[in-house]
Amino acid sequence: MSETSSVGHPLIQLILVRIREFTREPEAVFWTIFFPIVLTAGLGIAFRNRPADVLQVVTPSATIAQALRQEPSLNVQELSEQAARDALRIGKAVLLVEPGVAGLIVYRYDDTNPDGRTARMLADRAVQRARGRVDPVASSDSLVREAGSRYIDFVVPGLVGLGIMSNTLWGVGFSIVDSRRRKLIKRLMATPMSRTHYLLSHLFWRMMVLVVEVGVPVGFGSLAFGVPVRGRLIDLIVICVVTSLTFSALALLIASRARTIEGVSGLMNLAQVPMWIFSGVFFSAERFPGAVQPLIRLLPLTAVIDALRAHMLQGAGLLQLAPQLGTLAAWLVGSFTVALKLFRWR
Amino acid sequence: MSEIETLSALRVRELRKKFQDVIAIDNIELDIRAGECFGLLGPNGAGKTTTIEICEGLTEPDSGDVQVLGRRWATDASALRQRLGIQLQDTQLSDKLTVVETLKLFRSFFKQGPTPSEVIALVQLEEKRDARVVTLSGGQKQRLALACALVGGPELLFLDEPTTGLDPQARRQVWDLIEEFRRGGRTILLTTHYMEEAERLCDRVAIMDHGKVISRGTPRELIDELGRRGVPLTLTEVRTRSATLEDVFVSLTGRHLRDE
Repeated sequence: MSETSSVGHPLIQLILVRIREFTREPEAVFWTIFFPIVLTAGLGIAFRNRPADVLQVVTPSATIAQALRQEPSLNVQELSEQAARDALRIGKAVLLVEPGVAGLIVYRYDDTNPDGRTARMLADRAVQRARGRVDPVASSDSLVREAGSRYIDFVVPGLVGLGIMSNTLWGVGFSIVDSRRRKLIKRLMATPMSRTHYLLSHLFWRMMVLVVEVGVPVGFGSLAFGVPVRGRLIDLIVICVVTSLTFSALALLIASRARTIEGVSGLMNLAQVPMWIFSGVFFSAERFPGAVQPLIRLLPLTAVIDALRAHMLQGAGLLQLAPQLGTLAAWLVGSFTVALKLFRWR
Repeated sequence: MSEIETLSALRVRELRKKFQDVIAIDNIELDIRAGECFGLLGPNGAGKTTTIEICEGLTEPDSGDVQVLGRRWATDASALRQRLGIQLQDTQLSDKLTVVETLKLFRSFFKQGPTPSEVIALVQLEEKRDARVVTLSGGQKQRLALACALVGGPELLFLDEPTTGLDPQARRQVWDLIEEFRRGGRTILLTTHYMEEAERLCDRVAIMDHGKVISRGTPRELIDELGRRGVPLTLTEVRTRSATLEDVFVSLTGRHLRDE
């Protein structure tokens, strides 16, 4: 058996280097695997849909209190005038109902607080009914609390996109700049190593990490919160592979010239901050003014997150996602071409 | 091909290189014969590293001709890379890989050469075979760097300051390795600013300063020539010892300090 076959193909050896450099860095493993779980769990708990809240209302009048107690969504407390005002001021109650002059009723609340407005409507209804108001039309409620329309369903695809972007940019970018700083790239260029193999080793390694990057938040979201994946699995894989390739190419571009970690960190943040803000990770990108919407649609992370949400929540197939995949492909080809031209191989 | 050309391992003609306004290399000519150890000497900033990196195909010259093993970089780069072993001045290999993993990586790029284990034995790093690079001492790192240069079984070895920063024991170990390689009939071009190293290892040397070769020959010839000119040794130096290559060096390049 020849020695070459016993050490293996250079591409295999280069990928092994990527794997070893990653798995021997405990911090990197933590940020890639556990951080998405912690973040998803935290957001899931913070923004879980609680059973409709019981609102705290105070009043100094026994008659009013009795009327308000007919409303099950209100928790009514009878307090002295001063204590009731204090309770409203410090936020213990969202509404203070006072008897005014000549049998009027006065509602004290903060109209910028949605709970205050709700409490006021419920309280007014209870008071009016107690005085004999009859509703002209009978109505009943049918409650919808379906998976797919909650905040956690919205945020998990955002976190998946954000995770692929930041892991790929930092992972590839740091590794390359660190090798350049150590003059290791130059040393490798002094061997017969193929430049293509070197770049491919980074891309293939990111594909392997992708299984974890996507599997952990999607799997955890699904098990812990029932976040749906309505599209086909193969389509999800295609979206994620295109995403990973695109951000790897962007990472090569960002790291193409920098000689220091400080230098590349600045560029990384410059590239990522607009996407953290505008690409709709934590809230819908449509909240930004219409004038900037076309620019926001051009950002690669916007395309990724839009595609993931449409796939996971609405079951969209690749055909419907063509605009987003097209945007990503343009970034992929553009970044890779420019990166190859600019890349400092020493 | 004439006999002289077949025996030439490296042939450099009219080599020039400028960095911005600084002339790094000013009309360098070198002929290195197959099987010899050739030393490029000079103070810091003399142009040694630029010269050797142009010969290694890592830096583009502004003008001039370089033939390595009878081939040129512009046309035969990938074939040439297979036949050369290169040690750069200050490469830091990946800290997280072990010695054997590092050598397997470098070995995988070459079509032939010794096995990683053979090279590890050659540079006496058997005990450190599975140790991570970060745990190695300076001398061990330097021997690993040398092993990476040897793992492709090169015909021509380029060593840029192979012993800088090593303690005397580690330096002697590296010298033994270089002599061992040399005994295999293969060619070495090394740069150094240790005259003792050049005297011990090199068949011929060229002394560079300010981007030019200011003197060349065997170490013995240069020392004898210094004696004939009878210049720079002070009275006490003449009384206490005979001239060395160090005296030649100082007489040619001056006694003032050089910065990088």
